Order: sequence, then C-alpha cells, then structure tokens
Amino acid sequence: MSEEKKTFIDRIWDIFASVKFAIVIFSLISLTSIIGTVLEQRAEPERNINILTRLFGESLAPSLYNILEKLGFMDMYHSWWFITLLILFSANIIICSIARLPRILKLIKEPMKPMAREHFETAPIRREIVLKGKPDKIKEAVASSIRAIGFNFSESKEDKGYQFYAQRGNYTRLGVYLTHLSIIFILIGALIGIAFGYKGYLNLPEGRTAVAFRFSPPSGPIDEMNLERILNALEASWGDISKASELLNMKEKKLKEILRKNGIQPLGFSIRCEDFDVEFYENSNTPKEFKSWLTVIDGGKEVVKKSIEVNDPLSYKGTTFYQASYGMIPNAPGWFVLRLTSKSGSSEIKRLNFGEKFVIPYSNIEGTIRDFSPALAFDKEGRPFTFAEMMNNPAVFIDFKEAGRDKYSGWIYKRYPLTGRLPEGHIVEFLDLWGSQYTGLQIRKDPGVWIIYLASTSMTVGLFIAFFMSHRRLWVMVIEDRGNTKVHIAGVSNKNRPAFERKIGRMISLIKERQQGGK
Amino acid sequence: MDSSVFFGLSTMAYIIAMIIYITYLAFRNKSVGIVATTITIAGFFSQTIAILMRWKEFNDISGMGFLRSAPLTNLYESIIFFVWCLILGYLIVEFRYKNRSFGAFVTPVAGLALAFIDITGMSKEIHPLIPALQSNWLLAHVTMSFIAYAAFAISFSTGLMYLIINTEKKNQPAYIFWAFTLGVFAVLLISMGIDFMTFKVAVRPEEFIKNYLFRASFMNKSAAVRIISWISTISIIFIVWRFGNILKTVIEKFNISSQILDEITYKSIAIGFPIFTLGGLIFGAIWADQAWGTYWSWDPKETWSLITWFIYAFYLHSRMIRGWRGKRVAIVAVLGFFAVIVTYLGVNLLLSGLHSYGELK
Repeated sequence: MSEEKKTFIDRIWDIFASVKFAIVIFSLISLTSIIGTVLEQRAEPERNINILTRLFGESLAPSLYNILEKLGFMDMYHSWWFITLLILFSANIIICSIARLPRILKLIKEPMKPMAREHFETAPIRREIVLKGKPDKIKEAVASSIRAIGFNFSESKEDKGYQFYAQRGNYTRLGVYLTHLSIIFILIGALIGIAFGYKGYLNLPEGRTAVAFRFSPPSGPIDEMNLERILNALEASWGDISKASELLNMKEKKLKEILRKNGIQPLGFSIRCEDFDVEFYENSNTPKEFKSWLTVIDGGKEVVKKSIEVNDPLSYKGTTFYQASYGMIPNAPGWFVLRLTSKSGSSEIKRLNFGEKFVIPYSNIEGTIRDFSPALAFDKEGRPFTFAEMMNNPAVFIDFKEAGRDKYSGWIYKRYPLTGRLPEGHIVEFLDLWGSQYTGLQIRKDPGVWIIYLASTSMTVGLFIAFFMSHRRLWVMVIEDRGNTKVHIAGVSNKNRPAFERKIGRMISLIKERQQGGK
Repeated sequence: MDSSVFFGLSTMAYIIAMIIYITYLAFRNKSVGIVATTITIAGFFSQTIAILMRWKEFNDISGMGFLRSAPLTNLYESIIFFVWCLILGYLIVEFRYKNRSFGAFVTPVAGLALAFIDITGMSKEIHPLIPALQSNWLLAHVTMSFIAYAAFAISFSTGLMYLIINTEKKNQPAYIFWAFTLGVFAVLLISMGIDFMTFKVAVRPEEFIKNYLFRASFMNKSAAVRIISWISTISIIFIVWRFGNILKTVIEKFNISSQILDEITYKSIAIGFPIFTLGGLIFGAIWADQAWGTYWSWDPKETWSLITWFIYAFYLHSRMIRGWRGKRVAIVAVLGFFAVIVTYLGVNLLLSGLHSYGELK
C-alpha cells in the first residue's frame, strides 16, 4: 500500500504499532511518575508546598503548587491523563502484538523443509566433518545423535546422500506475546478491582461488632436520622442487607444508595473483635506482633473465628480483613482482667472495674485497683509517669489488705508477670485491660485480584520463555564425498546462539563417537 | 569472634582489590591481576562467612526460625548483600570471559557501596523484625531484587566500557555522556574518600555527627570548601572528558571487543530483568497484598521500581529498532542503573513511603 492510499485509521494503527510510540509512552509514564514520587500523593497541601519551597524557593512554591494541583499532580496516579497514558500503553501493547502476530505465526507454523546445498555455506551456524565410510553406514549414527540432543527430525533423500532437518521450540516465539497479554490482564484485573471492589479502614474496639465501614468521606449533605435508622436496622439483622431493608420497609437498592452517599459500605455480615493484644520484644518498644481475635457472624450465627496479625489476614465471602494498626480508646470503660493464683495453685480469672475489690482464692487477702498506666516508667526521682499513649507497658497499682488492715501495695506489670508475685506466694497477674484498645483493620474486597495473580504467573512464564528458550532449527546433510562421507551441519537460533553452538558441538562429538563404535 | 570482624575483612579486601584492579588496568601486569582476583575471592569468602554468621546471630536473637531470619532487613544488611551478589556476578564474568579488566569498573561500585555504610554512619545493629517484615516473602523478595540489582550493576559497568571504546570525538553526545557519568562516579568516590579520611582517620573528638556523607566537601560548614568542591567536581568531569581517550586505549589493549561488552550488557539485563520482574515487582505485590491489602499503592519505592522496569523494558525493546543497537542502547543500560540507585537508595534517603525499613537511622 502506498503512503497516499492509507486511510486515517491505518495511519493511527501504524503509529500505535510502532516501537517508537511504545518508547514515547514508556518515557511519558516514567517521567510523570517521577514527579508523583517527589510530591506526596493525597497529602495535606502544606506538605507539598513545603517540598516545593525546598526545591524552588518560597516565591515560586504557592503558584507552582496551584498549577500542579490543577493538573492533578497531587493525586496523579488517579488523574485522567495518567489513566489515559495507561490506556494508550495497553492499546500500544495490543496493537503492536496484533501487527506482528501474523509474521510470527507464520514462522511458528511453517513446516521445516530441507535446505538447499548452497545455503549451508551461509547459515549462521555451520559445521563440517568428514567421516570414513559411505553415507548409508553413517546415517544411523547421525540420526541417533540428532535424537540424542533432543530433535525429532524429518528425512529426505539427496543426490548421493540424505538430509535430516528438525526444529524445536518454535512456540517459544510466543513467549513475548504471553508476557504482553499478561500485562493487559494485570491492567484488566486492576480495573475490575476499581470498578467492583472497595477498600476502607475500620477501627473496631474490643468487644464491639461492626456491620459496615467507611470507605470515603460523605458526598453531599448527611441525612443523620435516616443513616442512623439504617445502621441500627443493619445491626439488628447482623449485617444482612435484605433483612435490614425488610425491617425498614425500604427497598434494598435505596438503602445501599443512602449508605454509598454517606461513604459507608455495608459488609453484608457482621464482624466482632473479641480481643486485641500487642506483644513487644523484650526490653524494647518494638512490637513483636499484634493480634486481633475476630469472629464473623452471618445470619445471626458465628461462622468463623480466627486470630489475625500482620501478614495473616482473614477472608470471608470475598472480603478480607487485614491487621493494619491499633490504638487506645480514650476514657474507655475497660475491664481489668486479672488471674489470681493462690499459693496452693488454684486460680481464677477476674474481670474488674477500676476501684473494684477482689479476693485471692483461699486466703483473706483482698486487693483494690487504685491506678493504671498504659506505659509505665519511673523518672530519676523514682516517680511513676506514663511515657506513651499506647499500651507499651501497661501496669496496675494495687492496694492489698488483710483482714481490713493495709498490707502492701505496688505496681504489677502486664509484660513482667514476676512483678505480681506476693510475699505469701500468691500470684496476681495483670492479663489485659479489655475494652480499652481498638484494632485498626484494613478491609478490602477485590474481585480482580485473582486475575492479577494468574496474570503475574503467566507473565513470569512468558518472560522465562522469552529470555531463556529459543526457536532452534537444524539441518544435517550426509553426502558422499570422494569415497568418504561429508556431514554438513547448519543451524539457526533466534537467540542465545552460543548455547545452540555448544549443543551442535555435542552432537558432532556424538556422531564421531558412534561412528567409531559402529565400525 | 562475630560477623563484624569478617565484614571488616571483606570490606578491606574489596577496597584493596579495587586499587589493584585499577593498577592492573594501567600496567597490565599478569601477576598483579592474579593478586587482585585472589584478594577479591578472599574477600568474597570472608563476606560469605560474615553473612552466614549474622544470619545465625539474627536467628538466635529473633527466634523466628531460619527462613525468617535472613539478614536482609535494613539498609546496612541490604548493601552488604548487594555487594556480595555483585562480586559473585563479577567473578562469574571474570572466569567466563577470562578478562580481568572489568574488575576496575565493578569493584569501585562495591567499594563505593561499602564506604557509603561507614560514611553515613548507618546503623549496623541487628534490629528485631517488626510485624510487617515477618513473612516468608521477605527472603524471596529481597534476595531476588538484589540479585537483579547486581546484574544491572554489571550491565552498567560493561555498558559504560562499551561507550568508552566506541566513541571517537569529544563532541559526540555519547562521549559527553560517558565522560560525565564516569566523572560523577569519580567525584562520588573521591569525596567519600575525603569524608573517610577527615572523619574516620583524623577523628576530631568534638565532631559527634554520625552521618558525615559529603561533610568534608559539598556539605561542609565553610562556604569556601563547598565552592572548592563544586569547582573540583567540574574540573574532574572536565579532566575525564579531556583525557578520556587514554582510557579508551587502555581498555582496547585488553582485546575486549565491543561485541563482548554488548553481549555481557545484554545478558546481565536479560538475567536481571525477569528476576526483577518476578522477585521485585510480582513477589513484592503479592506480599503487599497479604500484609497491607493492596498489591499496588503507587508508593515511591513501587513507582521507582516500575520506572526502573520501564527503562530496562525500553532497553530490551530498543535493541529491536533498526539502528538502535550499540551506543544508544548502551546509554539506556547506563541510565537504567541510575534508576536502580534511586529505587534502592534515593527513595529511602529522600522520599517517604511504605518501604521505610531502609532508612539510615
């Protein structure tokens, strides 16, 4: 087709099919992404104005910020132009692949043919050996050696001899396509996740049950009355949306819409945090692990109980709960959980309020919780103080009395059970301040994630094929030459020629070996 | 004896090897070359022992089990592992191609990395693992990423050598490019050497700063020193540019064809790229998905590894464009390694994000 006859669409097609276009897109995505890594994404404006001030000075920063803000750089990976770039990138991959596919398919499907004698002289890999004896005698040694290096050959009769020809790995030419296709599927998986999935955070206090969580700030004015009614109904029906809509006499669709407008996503079931605990490394404020004990309640029944921690989430009906963070609830009405073990070894667990009395079993020693600190430490003068807002080193101060008379008092630490050993041999362990902490859960539903996993696997396979396997073609001609036999070998490999050369070398030594053995 | 003794020995060995390799490049004395290789191998063994010992020490402290105690959890340990991979990769290349001249280009990268540890005063302590890092993916993700980085470092060195021997005129863009790159590299090496001499060798007790990177040059308190540093930088780059052709004749004497250099560059990238894709990007995404519930969140580390990936993808594709083989692709290979450095160090030192384990502290 000549240049003038090309239609507009053809031209667009040609642009998209060119590697140059791919390179332009690669560069654009990379260069704009760099800006996105320097500017903090979805951050407070001050942070980025600060960054810009440090880079370009105080006078330029505010106006620069406004320009960049308008262009969407403050949330650039979700901006229309970045998504357009990603779409162009996918279009480029697809069209490039389609444009080159017919030629590649032809190369793959093309059956092997014997090679003309003169082409043996010009093949990329060429070898020649001379063996004693007639071709008929040598033929078998050659054939078995070709088989030994893994080629299934065809055979043809030549003038004064034979030719064997074979190919391997013709389908490895598709490795690149598998890789490209996988990239497209990764993007499709991501789109499915964006379209049909959701993501949000939920701070769930110990002992509380949730039926919904917030995924974004409300859009538009909030109808508090209605929202509360819906949430109450949802709670009453353990998160079951259809039951809640029956209770409210409201259409399910309408109910969901109201929630969506308020930025709230119903779970469809309910989840309860039974307990939360942080474990620290010895003598350190580095958390070793933090754990939530969760219960899923569906249709009023407890269906799953599982403890989750970072790197070990809980999944139920496509929704996954990840351990993300934790914290203290200020002024929460918590229960002090103590284990009281008497000298004789009998023990019981007590849940107590602040200031509540307890008695150690089989004794007349009674205790009262007088003080609590989530993170107890002592200053130089030996005065207690709280060094952190989180439960880094929780401790209770307990007054002990015997028969109404003051006996002794002191701090008992959760992290150091030995502090609760009383002189008489009884043990008071501070197990938990239950109800005072919340677990920070990241909640996600992503129906596209399995596509991404599959596509990642096929991409790996595709890359492996593309880089480490090759399409190899081999021709071996066995021809009588002045009473002896000349073996001409020609080989073509679309990549990693040295490896194929080594393989051919091995074949040659096999031929020689077998020929001698056959004598 | 603990691992730090062996780390110290290997650092010394590599820095000495670097000097000997450069001497070897200048004088081409065969026994000098053998000494360089021997010292490198000795350093490598010592480093291997050190890594294994630290692994054991870590395991004893954390009690997490062997697989989760790989010493790959902070910047210090990762640099050590990077250097280990790099030296291993280099030794493979040296034995395969029977050519020692690459040593003078690879060992300085190792030397620079190790000097960086001391000069920045980064923490060498064994820190217990925070919950996010307690995963079996840690070993796979980090080792594969660093194997890929080391492969890319080799392609950087050979790509640079390719440019050096294939440029003639001083006003050629490719010539200016390599002269500038090598110049910057030399400036970094020299300024870090000066940092080391002023603060480590001639310690002044009143100086209690931990991080003295560039404190003796570009970030010195005195403005005069800063100005001199910048002037010297420009002059060093100028000198490299002016006398670069000497380097060309030196390398040419070693009978390295540009074909071999191109081949090594390509092969390192062909090995590094799939490993990086699988270990760095895919395993990283799977791990993030399990730990945080997002397989991709456009945090700076992720974005920069994507940029790196794009540059090497660009390299692999640009070889297919007619007329792009040779110098232009070598430039892409060199640029790719800059992206690797930013992904690896720049993000942790300059930008914030989820991957904050690698901070200097």
